[in-house]
This record gives sequence, structure tokens and C-alpha cells, in this order.
Amino acid sequence: MNVKDLCEKLNLKTIVKDDFDREITDCYIGDLLSWVMSRAPKDCAWLTVMGNINSIAVASLADVSCIILVENAALDDDAKTKAEIHGINILKSEENSYNLATKIYELLK
Amino acid sequence: MSNAIHLHYEVPGDDFTRAGEASGLVKKRLKVLGYDPDAIRRVAIAMYEAEINMVIHANGGYCDVDIYPDRVEVLLADSGPGIENVEKAMQEGYSTAPDNVRNLGFGAGMGLPNIKKYTDDMRIETELGVGTKLYLTVNAN
Repeated sequence: MNVKDLCEKLNLKTIVKDDFDREITDCYIGDLLSWVMSRAPKDCAWLTVMGNINSIAVASLADVSCIILVENAALDDDAKTKAEIHGINILKSEENSYNLATKIYELLK
Repeated sequence: MSNAIHLHYEVPGDDFTRAGEASGLVKKRLKVLGYDPDAIRRVAIAMYEAEINMVIHANGGYCDVDIYPDRVEVLLADSGPGIENVEKAMQEGYSTAPDNVRNLGFGAGMGLPNIKKYTDDMRIETELGVGTKLYLTVNAN
């Protein structure tokens, strides 16, 4: 499944669109950036409430396929700019991490 | 060694928004060179943690990167306060970072442990009131 499919199937709002053909093979939830950076699997959808500029660096370094801001968490303006520069897909959902992750689980099965 | 590619970056001290620039650039460079993806990821993560450490604790510093065909060597140096207890700093969960840093998603006491986890060799030289030098080596599998 790619980012575009995920977006459509789960009705996610697009905040930053880069490579929507990028494959998603896993899902990871976390807000502690050091923790996420060392454990998030490559090519995952990363669910978080952290929408600051450091999240973008972590997403880039950990090679995640997209960030999904859950519970409508805000994305800082400078983070948006940096995501556009670094080519990080960012989506948004009203749902919380648990609910969204269960749906992603079904889609990835 | 003559076949190394040498890179040098300054890490600004008070600016969280620019931390990660050096690691991002090194990552890009290694990709262009066709480096092993796992080694690239490990270098980038270790460097980013070290950059964040320099921003949080040491008012910035610099890093020197030497890329060899079989390994990447990184020196991250600062003129900060030094690390009082290296053994403690190496424990997961031990942190002296202020609260504002935690609000940004850092300061969980995972920096140095992460760096150790992701590198093949890590050496710390630190002196109180003088600064810290961190030597890292990541082998290209």
C-alpha cells in the first residue's frame, strides 16, 4: 500500500504532499523523538502528536514513509516549510493513535 | 588516508531548528556515494543525537566527518561544560536536559545510549569546563 491509498482509505487530510507513491510497510506510534528515531522501522507510517521541526528531522533520518498527525495535532509553520524542503509526506487525522493504528493494521494485513 | 572524503560542519548553539542539518547533509552525501543504506541510517541517527546534545548542553560545536570506503568516522567536538558522569550519561533514561527540551520531544536520556547502539565504535573525551569530544565509527557492513 502506498501513501496515496492510505490517505484515501482512511480519509486523511493532506498537509504536505511529496512522494505519495511511496510504499508503507509498517506502522509506528511514538512522541518521544529519540525513542522514535532509534526504533521506528523504515518505510512506516509514523503516528504522533509532535508537529515541530525536529519531528521532520527524525522522519527524514529514520526514513519513514509519512507522518500522520493524530487527534488533529498542529504542525508548526517552520516544520511545514522544512517538510516541503526535505520531502516528507504529512497527513492529519481526527482519530487517536490507537484507533487509527487498528485501521492501518487491517489495511497492511 | 588519501582516499577519504572529508566534510566539516558547524553546529549552531541555540538553534533547535538547525540541529540535524549536518547529519542530513552527510546522509545525502553517503546516498550519492552509494553507501550501504543500513550504515547510512546508523551514521545519520548517531550524528543527529550528537548534534542535539551539542545544542542542548554545549552551545553548539563542530563536526568532522571522514568517509572511507569501508567506514565513516565522525568527530563531534564542543566547548561546553563537559560531562560530569559519563557512566550515568550512558544509562538510558538519565538526563540533565531542561524541561523546555523535553517539550520538544527530547531530553529522555537516550542520546548517548542511542549513539552507542548505532555505532561500531564510540569514544568520549570530556573535561569539565573545557568541553567534550565524541569519536564515532560506523562500519559499512
